[in-house]
Amino acid sequence: MENTGTPLVEMRDISIAFGGIKAVDHVSVDLYPGEVVGLLGHNGAGKSTLIKCLSGAYQADAGEIHVNGQKVEINNPRDARSHNIETIYQTLALADNLDAASNLFLGRELVTPTGFLDDAQMEAETRKIMHRLNPNFQKFADPVSALSGGQRQSVAIARAVYFNAKILIMDEPTAALGPQETKMVSELVQELKRQGLGIFLISHDIHDVMELCDRVSVMKNGQLVGTEKVSDVTDDEILGMIILGKKPERSAA
Amino acid sequence: MTDTSTPTATKPKASDGPFTRFLKATELDTRLIGMVGALALIWIGFHLYGALVNNFGAFLTPRNLWNLSVQTSSIGIMATGMVLVIITRHIDLSVGSVLGFCAVVMGMLQVYILPPLLGLGHPLIWIIAALAGMLTGAIVGAIQGSLIAYLKIPAFIVTLGGLLVWRGAAFLVARGETISPVDETFALLGGGPYGAIGSTGSWIVGGLACAAAIFLTLNGRRQRRKFKFALRPVWADTFLATLGCAVAIGAVLLVNAYPWPKGIVRQYTERQGIEMPEGGLFISHGFAIPVLILVAVGILMTILLNRTRFGRYVFAIGGNPEAAELAGINTRLMTVKIFSLMGFLAGLSAVVASARLNSATNALGTLDELYVIAAAVIGGTSLAGGVGTIYGAILGALVMQSLQTGMVLIGFDAAIQQIVVGSVLVLAVWLDILYRRKSK
Ligand SMILES: Nc1ncnc2c1ncn2[C@@H]1O[C@H](COP(=O)(O)OP(=O)(O)O)[C@@H](O)[C@H]1O
Ligand SMILES: [Mg+2]
Repeated sequence: MENTGTPLVEMRDISIAFGGIKAVDHVSVDLYPGEVVGLLGHNGAGKSTLIKCLSGAYQADAGEIHVNGQKVEINNPRDARSHNIETIYQTLALADNLDAASNLFLGRELVTPTGFLDDAQMEAETRKIMHRLNPNFQKFADPVSALSGGQRQSVAIARAVYFNAKILIMDEPTAALGPQETKMVSELVQELKRQGLGIFLISHDIHDVMELCDRVSVMKNGQLVGTEKVSDVTDDEILGMIILGKKPERSAA
Repeated sequence: MTDTSTPTATKPKASDGPFTRFLKATELDTRLIGMVGALALIWIGFHLYGALVNNFGAFLTPRNLWNLSVQTSSIGIMATGMVLVIITRHIDLSVGSVLGFCAVVMGMLQVYILPPLLGLGHPLIWIIAALAGMLTGAIVGAIQGSLIAYLKIPAFIVTLGGLLVWRGAAFLVARGETISPVDETFALLGGGPYGAIGSTGSWIVGGLACAAAIFLTLNGRRQRRKFKFALRPVWADTFLATLGCAVAIGAVLLVNAYPWPKGIVRQYTERQGIEMPEGGLFISHGFAIPVLILVAVGILMTILLNRTRFGRYVFAIGGNPEAAELAGINTRLMTVKIFSLMGFLAGLSAVVASARLNSATNALGTLDELYVIAAAVIGGTSLAGGVGTIYGAILGALVMQSLQTGMVLIGFDAAIQQIVVGSVLVLAVWLDILYRRKSK
C-alpha cells in the first residue's frame, strides 16, 4: 500500500518531559486511513506517553498535531474524542465499581428525552456490541471489578469501537488476553482496517505487529529510532532497532 | 453459554434455602435488611430496658418516635450530601460549623436586618432568610471545593481548617449572642405542633407514597419487559409494593397517633373561637415539616445520584478518578459542585435546626460533622470511595439519632453517650469491612 494524500494523523516533533526525564523527545509519527502503524520499544521507551498526547491525557510540551491535514489543539480527552480519536489504554481506564454498560458509555451517556440516564437502553446497546466482540460475555449486571482480565479488556475495546472512531489507539490491547481472545482482537483489527480506520497499535509481541501492521515506528529512550514498512524489514532487523536503537543498513541506503 | 434471553445471573438454584431464594427474587440487599434489623434491635432494646429498669418503656411510643423523626432530619439532610463527598474519596469535616455559620447569617437577616426594611412578620422574610442561608452554604462549599480541586489541598485539611474558620466566623457575625426569636413562619420549618401537616395532610402524603410504590414496581416490570431483561417473580414484586405501602401507612398511623399537647389545643381553640368539647380535642400532629423536607431531599438526591449524569460521574470518580478524567469528565469542576451541594445541604439543615430551636447561636451544629459522617458510613458508604446509597445514609442517621435519644430516655449521661456513639462508629466500620470482605 502506498501512502499518498493527506494522513489521518500527523504528530510532528512531539516532546514532553516529566521533571528531568524526557519521556518523549522530538518524535514524529503519522497514520493513514486504513493503515495500522505499530509502535514498538522497550518498557519505558515512551510509547504510552506519546499516544497519550494524542488522546488528550497529556499535553505535549512542544510539537504539533494535525488531523486530516488541519492543525488541532488537543488539551483534554474530550477534544480527542471530538476528533473521533478513541483510545484503549494500557491500564484499561475502567471504573471498577460500575458495570460494563456504565463504563462503555462513561462521559457519553444515553439519556431519555427528560434528561435522565437511560440505563436500559445503554445495557441493550452494550449487549449488542459485546455479542459481536465477545459472545461469551454475560456479566452485564456486575461491576467490572468482578470480571476477568480478558472480559475487562473486551469492555475497554468495546468502548473504543462503539463510537465510530476514525482513529483508534490500542495500547497493548492483548496484554491480559489468552490465545483465543488475542486472535479475536487480531480479527477485529483487520476488520476495522478494512472499514478505513487508522490504528496505532502498541504491542510487545513482534509477531503480532509483523502480522497486523503496515508500518512500525520504533522508540528507544524517548526518541524515535525509525519508521519502516513491515514488508521491507525482517523480524531481526526490527529487534535490532528495539534493542540497539540502530536503523537497518538497507533502508538507510 | 450464548443464551441471552435470561441473562441475569441470579436465577434461584435448587440448593438455595428459602431465605436466599427470597433475597434473590426480591433483589433486596442484605445490607439494608441488616440495618433495619439493627434499628429494630436498638428500638426494642431501649424500650425493654425502660420497661424493665424504669418500669416505663418510653421508646416505642408515638410521642418519642415522632420526636425521633424530627431530630433525625437535620443530620439526615446533611448525610445525603456526605454520601457524595465520601463516594468521591473526600471528606467534609466542616459541615457542623458551616451549619452554625449559615444559621447565624439567617438569624441576623430575619431578626435584625429584614424586619426594619420590610416590616415585622412580612411574608417574604422567611423566604429571603432561608434562601440566603442555603446560598451561603453553597458558596462556602464552592470555596472549599475549589481549594481542594484546583489547589490540590487535601479535603481533610481544607475542611479541618473550615471547621475552625466557619465556627469563628459564626461567632463574629453573632457577636457571641443568641439570636432569637426567628420569624414565625420560618419556625414552622423546624417542626413542633404547628410545624406539622396534621391528620388529613399525612393521609394524603401516605397515599401518594403508596401510589408511588405501586407505580415504581409496575414501571420496573414494563422496562424490564421492553428490553427483555429477566423479570422478578410476580409474588416478589407484589411483596415489595405491599411492603412499601405498609411502611407508608404505618408511618401515617404512627404520626397521627401523637396528639397535640393540651396547652396547644387550648391556645388553638381560643384563637379559632371553637368551643372546647368535654373530653378535650384529639388533634394529630401528622408528619412534621422537617421530616417531609428530609424525605424530599432523600428522593431528589437519590434521583440525582442514580438517574443523572452527575450522579454517574460521582460514582466514576470514586471508582477510578483517572479513568473518569480520561473519559472526558471534568473531575475538578465535579469536586467543586459536590462540595457546593454539601454546603447547600448544610444551609438547609441550618434552616431546620435553627427553626426547631427558634433561635440561632454560633454553637449550633457543634459535632454534627461526626454524626453526619457516622450516618453515611453506617449506611454503607465506603471510605475507600465508589460505593454508597442515599437511603442507607438516612437510615444511618436514624440509627445514630435512635442511640442518642434512647440513651437520653433511659437516663445515661452525656459522657456515656459520647463513649457509646464513638464506639458504635468504630464497630460499624469494622462490620462494614467484614461484610465487604465476605461479599467479595
Ligand atoms: N505521569 C508521569 N510522571 C512521571 N513520569 C512519567 C509519567 N508518565 C510516564 N513517565 C515516564 O516516562 C517514561 C516513558 O514511559 P511510558 O510512556 O509509559 O513507556 P512505555 O509505554 O513505552 O513503556 C518512563 O520513564 C516513565 O517513567
Ligand atoms: Mg506503556
